[in-house]
Amino acid sequence: MRRRPWAAGLVVFLGLVLSGGGYAAATNVVQAETGSPAQVEEGRKLFLANCASCHGTNGEGAIGGPSLIGVGAASVDFQVGTGRMPGQGSGPQLRAKPVQFTQEQISAMAAYVASLAPGPAIPDEEYLRGDGDATHGGELFRINCAMCHNAVGAGGALTEGKFAPALGGVTPKHTYEAMVTGPQNMPVFNDANLTPEDKKDIITYLKYIEDNDSVAGFELGSIGPVAEGLFTWIFGLGFIIAITVWLGAKSN
Amino acid sequence: MSDIEKSYSPGLATDIEKPIANPGIEPHRIRMTDKSEKHARTAEKQIAVMFGVSVVGAIIAIWGFFAFPIVDGDLAATRNNSLWMGLGMALSMFGIGFGAVHWAKTLMPDNEVSEMRHQARSSDETRAQALEIVKLADGESGFSRRKLIRRSMYGALAFFPIPAIIIFGDLGPVVGDTLKHTMWKPGTRLTKDPTGIPIKASDVTIGSVFHVIPEGLSEMEEHKLEEKAKAAVLLVRVNPSDLNEDPAKADWSYQGIVAYSKICTHVGCPVALYEQHTHHLLCPCHQSTFDLANHCEVVFGPASRPLPQLPIAVDAEGYLIAQSDFLEPVGPSFWDIRK
Repeated sequence: MRRRPWAAGLVVFLGLVLSGGGYAAATNVVQAETGSPAQVEEGRKLFLANCASCHGTNGEGAIGGPSLIGVGAASVDFQVGTGRMPGQGSGPQLRAKPVQFTQEQISAMAAYVASLAPGPAIPDEEYLRGDGDATHGGELFRINCAMCHNAVGAGGALTEGKFAPALGGVTPKHTYEAMVTGPQNMPVFNDANLTPEDKKDIITYLKYIEDNDSVAGFELGSIGPVAEGLFTWIFGLGFIIAITVWLGAKSN
Repeated sequence: MSDIEKSYSPGLATDIEKPIANPGIEPHRIRMTDKSEKHARTAEKQIAVMFGVSVVGAIIAIWGFFAFPIVDGDLAATRNNSLWMGLGMALSMFGIGFGAVHWAKTLMPDNEVSEMRHQARSSDETRAQALEIVKLADGESGFSRRKLIRRSMYGALAFFPIPAIIIFGDLGPVVGDTLKHTMWKPGTRLTKDPTGIPIKASDVTIGSVFHVIPEGLSEMEEHKLEEKAKAAVLLVRVNPSDLNEDPAKADWSYQGIVAYSKICTHVGCPVALYEQHTHHLLCPCHQSTFDLANHCEVVFGPASRPLPQLPIAVDAEGYLIAQSDFLEPVGPSFWDIRK
Protein backbone atom coordinates (compact mmCIF):
# COMPACT_ATOMS: atom_id res chain seq x y z
CA MET A 1 0.00 0.00 0.00
CA ARG A 2 1.29 3.40 -0.95
CA ARG A 3 1.17 6.03 1.78
CA ARG A 4 0.05 9.48 0.83
CA PRO A 5 2.62 12.10 1.87
CA TRP A 6 0.22 14.04 4.13
CA ALA A 7 -0.99 10.94 5.99
CA ALA A 8 1.76 11.08 8.61
CA GLY A 9 1.04 14.73 9.25
CA LEU A 10 -2.65 14.02 9.65
CA VAL A 11 -1.95 11.23 12.15
CA VAL A 12 0.27 13.50 14.24
CA PHE A 13 -2.29 16.29 14.07
CA LEU A 14 -5.15 13.98 15.15
CA GLY A 15 -3.03 12.54 17.94
CA LEU A 16 -2.29 15.99 19.28
CA VAL A 17 -5.92 17.09 19.07
CA LEU A 18 -7.24 13.96 20.76
CA SER A 19 -4.69 13.89 23.56
CA GLY A 20 -5.13 17.61 24.19
CA GLY A 21 -8.92 17.24 24.15
CA GLY A 22 -8.74 14.21 26.41
CA TYR A 23 -6.56 16.12 28.85
CA ALA A 24 -8.99 19.04 28.81
CA ALA A 25 -11.89 16.66 29.41
CA ALA A 26 -10.11 15.00 32.31
CA THR A 27 -8.83 18.10 34.09
CA ASN A 28 -12.15 19.36 35.37
CA VAL A 29 -12.86 16.25 37.45
CA VAL A 30 -9.40 15.60 38.78
CA GLN A 31 -8.66 16.56 42.34
CA ALA A 32 -5.48 15.82 44.22
CA GLU A 33 -5.78 12.78 46.47
CA THR A 34 -2.66 11.32 47.89
CA GLY A 35 -2.50 8.83 50.71
CA SER A 36 0.66 8.11 52.65
CA PRO A 37 2.85 5.38 51.09
CA ALA A 38 2.04 3.09 54.03
CA GLN A 39 -1.70 3.57 53.50
CA VAL A 40 -1.36 2.93 49.75
CA GLU A 41 0.62 -0.25 50.47
CA GLU A 42 -1.98 -1.41 53.00
CA GLY A 43 -4.68 -0.68 50.39
CA ARG A 44 -2.80 -2.62 47.73
CA LYS A 45 -2.70 -5.70 49.97
CA LEU A 46 -6.43 -5.46 50.68
CA PHE A 47 -7.05 -4.91 46.96
CA LEU A 48 -5.07 -7.99 45.97
CA ALA A 49 -6.89 -10.12 48.55
CA ASN A 50 -10.43 -8.88 47.89
CA CYS A 51 -10.76 -7.15 44.53
CA ALA A 52 -8.08 -8.38 42.14
CA SER A 53 -9.92 -11.52 40.99
CA CYS A 54 -12.38 -9.34 39.07
CA HIS A 55 -10.56 -6.03 38.66
CA GLY A 56 -7.10 -7.40 37.80
CA THR A 57 -3.95 -7.42 39.92
CA ASN A 58 -3.16 -3.84 38.94
CA GLY A 59 -6.77 -2.63 38.76
CA GLU A 60 -6.65 -2.86 34.96
CA GLY A 61 -9.92 -4.83 34.81
CA ALA A 62 -10.53 -8.47 33.98
CA ILE A 63 -13.40 -10.80 33.12
CA GLY A 64 -16.26 -9.77 35.34
CA GLY A 65 -14.93 -6.42 36.47
CA PRO A 66 -14.18 -3.07 34.83
CA SER A 67 -10.86 -1.24 34.98
CA LEU A 68 -10.43 0.91 38.08
CA ILE A 69 -7.74 3.12 36.60
CA GLY A 70 -8.93 6.69 36.96
CA VAL A 71 -12.17 5.96 38.85
CA GLY A 72 -10.76 7.77 41.87
CA ALA A 73 -10.97 7.42 45.62
CA ALA A 74 -14.62 8.61 45.66
CA SER A 75 -15.70 5.60 43.60
CA VAL A 76 -14.01 3.09 45.95
CA ASP A 77 -15.35 4.85 49.03
CA PHE A 78 -18.90 4.74 47.61
CA GLN A 79 -18.86 1.19 46.22
CA VAL A 80 -17.18 -0.47 49.23
CA GLY A 81 -18.65 1.94 51.80
CA THR A 82 -22.25 1.10 50.80
CA GLY A 83 -21.49 -2.65 50.61
CA ARG A 84 -22.07 -2.85 46.85
CA MET A 85 -18.48 -4.02 46.53
CA PRO A 86 -17.20 -6.69 46.80
CA GLY A 87 -20.03 -7.65 44.45
CA GLN A 88 -22.14 -10.65 45.29
CA GLY A 89 -24.05 -12.73 42.76
CA SER A 90 -24.97 -11.61 39.31
CA GLY A 91 -28.07 -9.77 38.28
CA PRO A 92 -29.22 -6.64 36.58
CA GLN A 93 -27.80 -4.51 39.38
CA LEU A 94 -25.55 -4.89 42.44
CA ARG A 95 -27.39 -3.94 45.61
CA ALA A 96 -26.30 -2.23 48.79
CA LYS A 97 -25.58 -4.77 51.55
CA PRO A 98 -23.83 -4.84 54.93
CA VAL A 99 -20.41 -3.24 54.65
CA GLN A 100 -17.57 -5.77 54.85
CA PHE A 101 -14.63 -3.50 55.75
CA THR A 102 -13.82 -0.90 58.37
CA GLN A 103 -13.66 2.74 57.23
CA GLU A 104 -9.87 2.55 57.74
CA GLN A 105 -9.57 -0.38 55.33
CA ILE A 106 -11.89 1.34 52.82
CA SER A 107 -9.78 4.50 52.97
CA ALA A 108 -6.64 2.44 52.37
CA MET A 109 -8.14 0.79 49.28
CA ALA A 110 -9.38 4.18 48.08
CA ALA A 111 -5.88 5.62 48.48
CA TYR A 112 -4.42 2.70 46.51
CA VAL A 113 -6.91 3.07 43.62
CA ALA A 114 -6.38 6.85 43.64
CA SER A 115 -2.64 6.23 43.33
CA LEU A 116 -3.16 4.34 40.05
CA ALA A 117 -4.42 7.41 38.18
CA PRO A 118 -6.07 10.71 39.06
CA GLY A 119 -9.84 10.60 39.61
CA PRO A 120 -12.61 12.13 41.71
CA ALA A 121 -11.53 12.50 45.33
CA ILE A 122 -13.48 11.92 48.53
CA PRO A 123 -15.45 15.16 49.07
CA ASP A 124 -14.54 17.76 51.67
CA GLU A 125 -16.57 17.87 54.85
CA GLU A 126 -17.75 21.44 54.07
CA TYR A 127 -20.00 20.18 51.25
CA LEU A 128 -21.60 17.46 53.35
CA ARG A 129 -22.99 19.37 56.32
CA GLY A 130 -26.33 20.06 54.66
CA ASP A 131 -26.23 23.77 55.45
CA GLY A 132 -26.68 24.99 51.86
CA ASP A 133 -29.71 26.33 50.00
CA ALA A 134 -32.43 23.64 50.12
CA THR A 135 -34.69 25.53 47.68
CA HIS A 136 -31.99 25.72 45.00
CA GLY A 137 -31.02 22.11 45.77
CA GLY A 138 -34.66 21.06 45.34
CA GLU A 139 -34.84 22.71 41.91
CA LEU A 140 -31.61 21.05 40.79
CA PHE A 141 -32.80 17.72 42.21
CA ARG A 142 -36.07 17.91 40.26
CA ILE A 143 -34.22 18.72 37.02
CA ASN A 144 -31.29 16.29 37.32
CA CYS A 145 -32.27 13.50 39.70
CA ALA A 146 -36.04 13.25 40.23
CA MET A 147 -36.83 11.46 36.97
CA CYS A 148 -35.10 8.34 38.28
CA HIS A 149 -34.97 8.82 42.07
CA ASN A 150 -38.51 10.33 42.46
CA ALA A 151 -39.18 13.94 43.49
CA VAL A 152 -38.60 13.16 47.18
CA GLY A 153 -35.93 10.50 46.64
CA ALA A 154 -38.19 7.47 47.12
CA GLY A 155 -36.47 5.65 44.23
CA GLY A 156 -37.96 4.18 41.08
CA ALA A 157 -37.79 1.47 38.42
CA LEU A 158 -35.51 1.47 35.37
CA THR A 159 -35.38 -0.99 32.48
CA GLU A 160 -34.99 -4.77 32.72
CA GLY A 161 -34.85 -5.15 36.51
CA LYS A 162 -32.56 -2.21 37.20
CA PHE A 163 -33.73 0.49 39.58
CA ALA A 164 -32.76 3.83 41.05
CA PRO A 165 -32.47 3.24 44.81
CA ALA A 166 -34.31 5.23 47.45
CA LEU A 167 -32.12 7.99 48.89
CA GLY A 168 -33.45 7.98 52.46
CA GLY A 169 -30.72 7.05 54.92
CA VAL A 170 -27.87 7.45 52.43
CA THR A 171 -25.03 9.43 54.02
CA PRO A 172 -24.23 12.84 52.47
CA LYS A 173 -20.73 11.60 51.62
CA HIS A 174 -22.06 8.64 49.62
CA THR A 175 -24.66 10.86 47.90
CA TYR A 176 -21.90 13.26 46.83
CA GLU A 177 -19.65 10.42 45.66
CA ALA A 178 -22.46 8.85 43.64
CA MET A 179 -23.10 12.15 41.83
CA VAL A 180 -19.45 12.69 40.98
CA THR A 181 -18.64 9.10 39.95
CA GLY A 182 -21.90 7.76 38.44
CA PRO A 183 -21.97 4.23 39.89
CA GLN A 184 -23.42 1.40 37.76
CA ASN A 185 -26.03 2.85 35.38
CA MET A 186 -26.26 6.25 37.03
CA PRO A 187 -24.83 9.00 34.83
CA VAL A 188 -21.92 11.17 36.00
CA PHE A 189 -22.62 14.69 37.29
CA ASN A 190 -19.16 16.24 37.20
CA ASP A 191 -18.23 19.56 38.77
CA ALA A 192 -18.86 21.45 35.53
CA ASN A 193 -22.43 20.19 35.44
CA LEU A 194 -23.27 20.43 39.14
CA THR A 195 -20.66 22.50 40.97
CA PRO A 196 -19.60 21.37 44.47
CA GLU A 197 -21.91 24.14 45.79
CA ASP A 198 -24.79 22.71 43.73
CA LYS A 199 -24.09 19.24 45.13
CA LYS A 200 -24.05 20.71 48.62
CA ASP A 201 -27.47 22.27 47.96
CA ILE A 202 -28.85 18.96 46.68
CA ILE A 203 -27.57 17.22 49.83
CA THR A 204 -29.20 19.99 51.89
CA TYR A 205 -32.52 19.36 50.10
CA LEU A 206 -32.33 15.61 50.72
CA LYS A 207 -31.49 16.22 54.38
CA TYR A 208 -34.40 18.66 54.65
CA ILE A 209 -36.99 16.25 53.27
CA GLU A 210 -35.61 13.46 55.43
CA ASP A 211 -35.72 15.56 58.61
CA ASN A 212 -39.15 17.14 58.01
CA ASP A 213 -42.48 15.35 57.96
CA SER A 214 -44.48 15.40 54.77
CA VAL A 215 -46.62 18.52 54.96
CA ALA A 216 -49.48 16.72 53.26
CA GLY A 217 -49.87 13.96 55.87
CA PHE A 218 -49.75 10.29 54.85
CA GLU A 219 -46.92 9.66 52.39
CA LEU A 220 -47.96 6.12 51.37
CA GLY A 221 -44.33 5.43 50.44
CA SER A 222 -44.14 8.56 48.24
CA ILE A 223 -44.26 6.31 45.21
CA GLY A 224 -46.75 8.38 43.33
CA PRO A 225 -50.25 8.35 41.91
CA VAL A 226 -50.73 4.57 41.66
CA ALA A 227 -50.35 3.96 45.39
CA GLU A 228 -52.38 7.05 46.22
CA GLY A 229 -55.11 6.15 43.72
CA LEU A 230 -55.33 2.59 45.03
CA PHE A 231 -55.67 3.88 48.59
CA THR A 232 -58.44 6.28 47.61
CA TRP A 233 -60.30 3.69 45.55
CA ILE A 234 -60.20 1.00 48.21
CA PHE A 235 -60.73 3.01 51.39
CA GLY A 236 -62.53 6.13 50.12
CA LEU A 237 -64.91 4.40 47.74
CA GLY A 238 -65.26 1.43 50.12
CA PHE A 239 -66.44 3.79 52.86
CA ILE A 240 -68.93 5.49 50.53
CA ILE A 241 -70.31 2.13 49.32
CA ALA A 242 -70.66 0.90 52.92
CA ILE A 243 -72.66 4.02 53.83
CA THR A 244 -74.85 3.65 50.73
CA VAL A 245 -75.64 0.01 51.59
CA TRP A 246 -76.49 0.99 55.16
CA LEU A 247 -78.73 3.86 53.95
CA GLY A 248 -80.68 1.54 51.66
CA ALA A 249 -81.02 -1.35 54.13
CA LYS A 250 -84.17 -1.69 56.19
CA SER A 251 -83.93 -1.73 59.94
CA ASN A 252 -84.65 -5.15 61.43
CA MET B 1 -88.41 -26.62 6.29
CA SER B 2 -87.79 -28.68 9.36
CA ASP B 3 -90.28 -29.10 12.15
CA ILE B 4 -88.22 -26.96 14.48
CA GLU B 5 -88.20 -24.04 12.07
CA LYS B 6 -91.97 -24.32 11.56
CA SER B 7 -92.67 -24.19 15.27
CA TYR B 8 -91.13 -20.71 15.64
CA SER B 9 -92.54 -17.58 14.08
CA PRO B 10 -90.22 -14.73 13.20
CA GLY B 11 -90.65 -11.47 15.09
CA LEU B 12 -91.09 -10.69 18.74
CA ALA B 13 -89.79 -13.25 21.16
CA THR B 14 -92.11 -12.05 23.93
CA ASP B 15 -95.45 -13.66 24.39
CA ILE B 16 -97.75 -10.68 24.93
CA GLU B 17 -100.64 -13.01 25.65
CA LYS B 18 -99.01 -14.10 28.92
CA PRO B 19 -97.20 -11.10 30.47
CA ILE B 20 -95.05 -11.59 33.56
CA ALA B 21 -97.25 -11.30 36.58
CA ASN B 22 -96.97 -8.19 38.76
CA PRO B 23 -95.01 -9.41 41.81
CA GLY B 24 -96.71 -6.82 44.03
CA ILE B 25 -95.20 -5.32 47.16
CA GLU B 26 -93.19 -7.46 49.55
CA PRO B 27 -95.11 -8.38 52.70
CA HIS B 28 -94.61 -5.81 55.42
CA ARG B 29 -92.10 -6.84 58.07
CA ILE B 30 -92.59 -5.39 61.49
CA ARG B 31 -89.40 -3.94 63.01
CA MET B 32 -88.05 -5.11 66.36
CA THR B 33 -88.37 -1.54 67.62
CA ASP B 34 -92.13 -1.70 66.91
CA LYS B 35 -92.49 -5.08 68.60
CA SER B 36 -90.66 -4.43 71.85
CA GLU B 37 -90.28 -1.33 73.96
CA LYS B 38 -86.85 -2.57 75.06
CA HIS B 39 -85.51 -2.46 71.50
CA ALA B 40 -87.01 0.98 70.98
CA ARG B 41 -85.22 2.17 74.11
CA THR B 42 -81.91 0.76 72.81
CA ALA B 43 -82.37 2.50 69.47
CA GLU B 44 -83.13 5.74 71.26
CA LYS B 45 -79.88 5.46 73.20
CA GLN B 46 -77.93 4.63 70.02
CA ILE B 47 -79.25 7.78 68.35
CA ALA B 48 -78.34 9.86 71.39
CA VAL B 49 -74.81 8.39 71.33
CA MET B 50 -74.44 9.35 67.64
CA PHE B 51 -75.50 12.92 68.37
CA GLY B 52 -73.10 12.86 71.33
CA VAL B 53 -70.26 11.76 69.01
CA SER B 54 -71.11 14.76 66.86
CA VAL B 55 -70.61 17.06 69.86
CA VAL B 56 -67.25 15.37 70.59
CA GLY B 57 -66.24 15.94 66.95
CA ALA B 58 -67.05 19.63 67.19
CA ILE B 59 -64.97 19.87 70.38
CA ILE B 60 -62.04 18.08 68.66
CA ALA B 61 -62.24 20.62 65.83
CA ILE B 62 -62.13 23.54 68.27
CA TRP B 63 -59.27 21.90 70.20
CA GLY B 64 -57.32 21.33 66.95
CA PHE B 65 -57.71 24.95 66.00
CA PHE B 66 -56.18 26.17 69.24
CA ALA B 67 -53.73 23.32 69.91
CA PHE B 68 -52.04 23.60 66.48
CA PRO B 69 -51.91 27.29 65.64
CA ILE B 70 -50.93 28.15 62.07
CA VAL B 71 -47.36 29.46 62.17
CA ASP B 72 -46.32 31.62 59.25
CA GLY B 73 -43.86 29.65 57.09
CA ASP B 74 -44.30 26.33 58.92
CA LEU B 75 -46.25 24.09 56.57
CA ALA B 76 -46.31 21.18 59.04
CA ALA B 77 -48.20 23.36 61.53
CA THR B 78 -50.83 24.15 58.90
CA ARG B 79 -51.11 20.44 58.18
CA ASN B 80 -51.83 19.54 61.83
CA ASN B 81 -54.31 22.39 62.15
CA SER B 82 -56.21 21.34 59.02
CA LEU B 83 -56.00 17.63 59.88
CA TRP B 84 -57.57 17.89 63.34
CA MET B 85 -60.13 20.51 62.34
CA GLY B 86 -61.09 18.43 59.32
CA LEU B 87 -61.34 15.17 61.26
CA GLY B 88 -63.34 16.85 64.04
CA MET B 89 -65.76 18.54 61.68
CA ALA B 90 -66.21 15.36 59.65
CA LEU B 91 -66.97 13.40 62.83
CA SER B 92 -69.41 16.13 63.84
CA MET B 93 -71.28 16.05 60.53
CA PHE B 94 -71.29 12.25 60.25
CA GLY B 95 -72.59 12.02 63.85
CA ILE B 96 -75.61 14.18 62.99
CA GLY B 97 -76.17 12.36 59.69
CA PHE B 98 -75.90 8.85 61.11
CA GLY B 99 -78.11 9.81 64.08
CA ALA B 100 -80.82 11.28 61.85
CA VAL B 101 -80.84 8.31 59.46
CA HIS B 102 -80.83 5.79 62.31
CA TRP B 103 -83.73 7.67 63.95
CA ALA B 104 -85.75 7.59 60.71
CA LYS B 105 -85.02 3.92 60.12
CA THR B 106 -85.72 2.60 63.61
CA LEU B 107 -88.27 4.86 65.30
CA MET B 108 -90.16 7.01 62.78
CA PRO B 109 -93.36 5.52 61.24
CA ASP B 110 -92.68 2.53 59.04
CA ASN B 111 -95.71 2.71 56.71
CA GLU B 112 -95.20 1.46 53.18
CA VAL B 113 -97.18 3.43 50.63
CA SER B 114 -97.71 2.71 46.93
CA GLU B 115 -98.68 5.57 44.66
CA MET B 116 -100.48 4.91 41.36
CA ARG B 117 -99.10 6.37 38.17
CA HIS B 118 -101.41 8.86 36.44
CA GLN B 119 -101.79 9.76 32.79
CA ALA B 120 -99.56 12.64 31.73
CA ARG B 121 -102.05 13.97 29.14
CA SER B 122 -104.11 17.00 30.27
CA SER B 123 -107.89 16.85 30.16
CA ASP B 124 -109.65 17.85 26.92
CA GLU B 125 -111.07 20.87 28.70
CA THR B 126 -107.60 22.18 29.71
CA ARG B 127 -106.27 21.58 26.21
CA ALA B 128 -109.16 23.50 24.64
CA GLN B 129 -108.53 26.38 27.05
CA ALA B 130 -104.85 26.51 26.10
CA LEU B 131 -105.72 26.59 22.39
CA GLU B 132 -108.15 29.42 23.09
CA ILE B 133 -105.36 31.48 24.70
CA VAL B 134 -103.01 30.92 21.73
CA LYS B 135 -105.71 31.98 19.25
CA LEU B 136 -106.53 35.06 21.28
CA ALA B 137 -102.85 36.09 21.43
CA ASP B 138 -102.47 35.51 17.68
CA GLY B 139 -105.54 37.65 16.96
CA GLU B 140 -104.51 40.49 19.25
CA SER B 141 -100.86 40.64 18.09
CA GLY B 142 -101.72 40.18 14.42
CA PHE B 143 -98.95 37.54 14.09
CA SER B 144 -100.77 35.59 11.33
CA ARG B 145 -102.29 38.66 9.72
CA ARG B 146 -99.24 40.95 9.41
CA LYS B 147 -96.90 38.99 7.11
CA LEU B 148 -94.26 41.76 6.82
CA ILE B 149 -93.64 41.87 10.55
CA ARG B 150 -93.58 38.09 10.86
CA ARG B 151 -91.11 37.53 8.05
CA SER B 152 -88.80 40.40 9.04
CA MET B 153 -88.76 38.96 12.57
CA TYR B 154 -87.76 35.52 11.21
CA GLY B 155 -84.95 37.24 9.34
CA ALA B 156 -83.74 39.09 12.42
CA LEU B 157 -83.74 35.87 14.47
CA ALA B 158 -81.83 34.01 11.76
CA PHE B 159 -79.09 36.68 11.56
CA PHE B 160 -78.81 37.32 15.28
CA PRO B 161 -76.60 34.25 16.16
CA ILE B 162 -74.18 34.71 13.24
CA PRO B 163 -71.76 37.07 15.12
CA ALA B 164 -71.50 34.45 17.90
CA ILE B 165 -70.58 31.76 15.38
CA ILE B 166 -67.85 34.00 13.95
CA ILE B 167 -66.50 34.79 17.43
CA PHE B 168 -66.40 31.09 18.38
CA GLY B 169 -64.54 30.28 15.17
CA ASP B 170 -61.83 32.73 16.19
CA LEU B 171 -61.29 31.34 19.71
CA GLY B 172 -57.75 30.32 20.56
CA PRO B 173 -54.49 30.91 18.72
CA VAL B 174 -53.84 29.69 15.21
CA VAL B 175 -51.32 26.87 15.62
CA GLY B 176 -49.64 27.49 12.27
CA ASP B 177 -46.25 25.82 12.01
CA THR B 178 -45.30 26.28 15.68
CA LEU B 179 -45.40 22.51 16.18
CA LYS B 180 -42.60 22.11 13.67
CA HIS B 181 -40.17 24.71 15.04
CA THR B 182 -38.37 25.26 18.33
CA MET B 183 -36.13 28.01 19.72
CA TRP B 184 -32.99 26.31 18.37
CA LYS B 185 -31.31 28.24 15.56
CA PRO B 186 -27.92 27.85 13.91
CA GLY B 187 -25.35 29.01 16.48
CA THR B 188 -27.63 28.91 19.55
CA ARG B 189 -25.50 27.87 22.51
CA LEU B 190 -26.49 24.86 24.59
CA THR B 191 -26.98 26.02 28.19
CA LYS B 192 -27.68 24.33 31.51
CA ASP B 193 -31.21 24.07 32.86
CA PRO B 194 -32.16 26.14 34.91
CA THR B 195 -29.21 28.54 35.14
CA GLY B 196 -28.63 29.21 31.43
CA ILE B 197 -24.85 28.81 31.81
CA PRO B 198 -23.33 27.79 28.44
CA ILE B 199 -21.70 24.35 28.25
CA LYS B 200 -18.21 23.71 26.93
CA ALA B 201 -17.58 20.47 25.08
CA SER B 202 -14.75 19.75 27.53
CA ASP B 203 -17.23 19.95 30.46
CA VAL B 204 -19.14 16.95 29.16
CA THR B 205 -17.13 13.97 30.34
CA ILE B 206 -17.97 10.42 29.29
CA GLY B 207 -21.04 9.14 31.08
CA SER B 208 -22.26 12.67 31.82
CA VAL B 209 -25.82 13.80 31.32
CA PHE B 210 -26.67 17.50 30.99
CA HIS B 211 -30.22 18.83 30.99
CA VAL B 212 -30.09 21.51 28.35
CA ILE B 213 -32.15 24.54 27.34
CA PRO B 214 -31.36 26.93 24.48
CA GLU B 215 -29.44 30.11 25.26
CA GLY B 216 -31.83 32.93 26.18
CA LEU B 217 -34.66 30.72 27.42
CA SER B 218 -33.92 31.20 31.11
CA GLU B 219 -34.28 35.00 30.72
CA MET B 220 -37.58 34.81 28.81
CA GLU B 221 -40.49 36.64 30.42
CA GLU B 222 -43.36 35.31 28.30
CA HIS B 223 -44.12 31.89 26.81
CA LYS B 224 -41.09 30.45 28.62
CA LEU B 225 -42.73 27.14 29.45
CA GLU B 226 -44.18 26.70 25.95
CA GLU B 227 -40.71 27.14 24.46
CA LYS B 228 -39.07 24.94 27.08
CA ALA B 229 -41.61 22.20 26.47
CA LYS B 230 -40.46 22.03 22.84
CA ALA B 231 -36.77 22.87 23.09
CA ALA B 232 -35.63 20.79 26.09
CA VAL B 233 -32.66 18.63 25.19
CA LEU B 234 -30.69 15.86 26.87
CA LEU B 235 -26.95 16.02 26.26
CA VAL B 236 -24.90 12.87 26.79
CA ARG B 237 -21.32 11.90 26.08
CA VAL B 238 -20.66 8.26 25.30
CA ASN B 239 -17.51 6.51 24.22
CA PRO B 240 -17.44 7.25 20.45
CA SER B 241 -16.78 3.56 19.76
CA ASP B 242 -20.15 2.71 21.41
CA LEU B 243 -22.04 5.00 19.03
CA ASN B 244 -23.62 3.44 15.97
CA GLU B 245 -24.06 6.57 13.92
CA ASP B 246 -25.95 7.01 10.70
CA PRO B 247 -23.22 8.11 8.20
CA ALA B 248 -25.56 10.87 7.01
CA LYS B 249 -25.75 12.23 10.57
CA ALA B 250 -22.13 11.56 11.58
CA ASP B 251 -21.35 15.28 11.85
CA TRP B 252 -24.39 15.90 14.09
CA SER B 253 -22.41 14.79 17.15
CA TYR B 254 -19.08 15.99 18.55
CA GLN B 255 -16.54 13.40 19.79
CA GLY B 256 -19.26 11.19 21.23
CA ILE B 257 -21.39 14.08 22.55
CA VAL B 258 -24.95 13.67 21.30
CA ALA B 259 -28.01 15.85 21.89
CA TYR B 260 -31.52 14.45 21.66
CA SER B 261 -34.93 16.00 22.24
CA LYS B 262 -36.12 15.28 25.78
CA ILE B 263 -39.78 15.20 24.71
CA CYS B 264 -41.15 11.68 24.24
CA THR B 265 -42.57 10.99 20.78
CA HIS B 266 -45.44 9.07 22.38
CA VAL B 267 -47.35 11.69 24.40
CA GLY B 268 -44.66 14.20 25.28
CA CYS B 269 -43.39 13.29 28.76
CA PRO B 270 -39.78 14.28 29.48
CA VAL B 271 -37.57 11.28 28.67
CA ALA B 272 -34.57 11.62 30.91
CA LEU B 273 -33.93 8.31 32.66
CA TYR B 274 -30.55 7.60 31.10
CA GLU B 275 -28.68 4.39 31.87
CA GLN B 276 -24.96 4.96 31.51
CA HIS B 277 -23.96 1.44 30.47
CA THR B 278 -26.89 0.22 28.37
CA HIS B 279 -27.32 3.70 26.80
CA HIS B 280 -31.05 3.21 27.22
CA LEU B 281 -33.28 6.22 27.71
CA LEU B 282 -36.49 5.38 29.53
CA CYS B 283 -39.67 7.42 29.55
CA PRO B 284 -41.21 7.21 33.03
CA CYS B 285 -44.81 7.64 31.84
CA HIS B 286 -45.34 4.59 29.60
CA GLN B 287 -41.95 2.86 29.63
CA SER B 288 -41.00 3.72 26.05
CA THR B 289 -37.29 2.93 25.83
CA PHE B 290 -34.94 4.54 23.33
CA ASP B 291 -31.45 3.29 22.45
CA LEU B 292 -29.29 6.38 22.56
CA ALA B 293 -26.31 4.60 21.01
CA ASN B 294 -28.44 3.64 18.03
CA HIS B 295 -30.06 6.92 16.85
CA CYS B 296 -32.47 6.77 19.80
CA GLU B 297 -34.54 4.14 18.05
CA VAL B 298 -37.46 2.73 20.02
CA VAL B 299 -36.53 -0.60 21.61
CA PHE B 300 -39.58 -0.97 23.87
CA GLY B 301 -42.90 0.67 24.58
CA PRO B 302 -45.61 2.61 22.76
CA ALA B 303 -43.52 5.40 21.16
CA SER B 304 -43.51 5.11 17.38
CA ARG B 305 -40.67 7.41 16.28
CA PRO B 306 -37.07 7.82 17.48
CA LEU B 307 -36.33 10.94 19.52
CA PRO B 308 -35.30 13.75 17.15
CA GLN B 309 -31.57 14.54 17.26
CA LEU B 310 -30.28 18.10 17.57
CA PRO B 311 -27.23 18.59 15.30
CA ILE B 312 -24.47 20.15 17.41
CA ALA B 313 -21.03 21.65 16.84
CA VAL B 314 -18.44 23.60 18.83
CA ASP B 315 -17.82 27.34 18.38
CA ALA B 316 -14.47 29.13 18.42
CA GLU B 317 -14.55 29.48 22.23
CA GLY B 318 -15.20 25.78 22.78
CA TYR B 319 -18.88 26.10 23.66
CA LEU B 320 -21.44 23.68 22.26
CA ILE B 321 -23.81 25.25 19.73
CA ALA B 322 -26.71 24.00 17.62
CA GLN B 323 -26.05 23.59 13.91
CA SER B 324 -29.72 24.24 13.22
CA ASP B 325 -33.19 23.63 14.61
CA PHE B 326 -34.41 20.04 14.89
CA LEU B 327 -34.91 18.73 11.37
CA GLU B 328 -38.19 17.04 12.31
CA PRO B 329 -40.99 17.96 14.73
CA VAL B 330 -40.31 17.10 18.37
CA GLY B 331 -42.80 15.42 20.69
CA PRO B 332 -45.92 13.41 19.91
CA SER B 333 -46.86 12.71 16.31
CA PHE B 334 -49.77 14.61 14.80
CA TRP B 335 -51.83 14.07 11.69
CA ASP B 336 -49.94 16.24 9.19
CA ILE B 337 -46.47 15.73 10.70
CA ARG B 338 -44.91 14.73 7.36
CA LYS B 339 -46.26 17.71 5.40
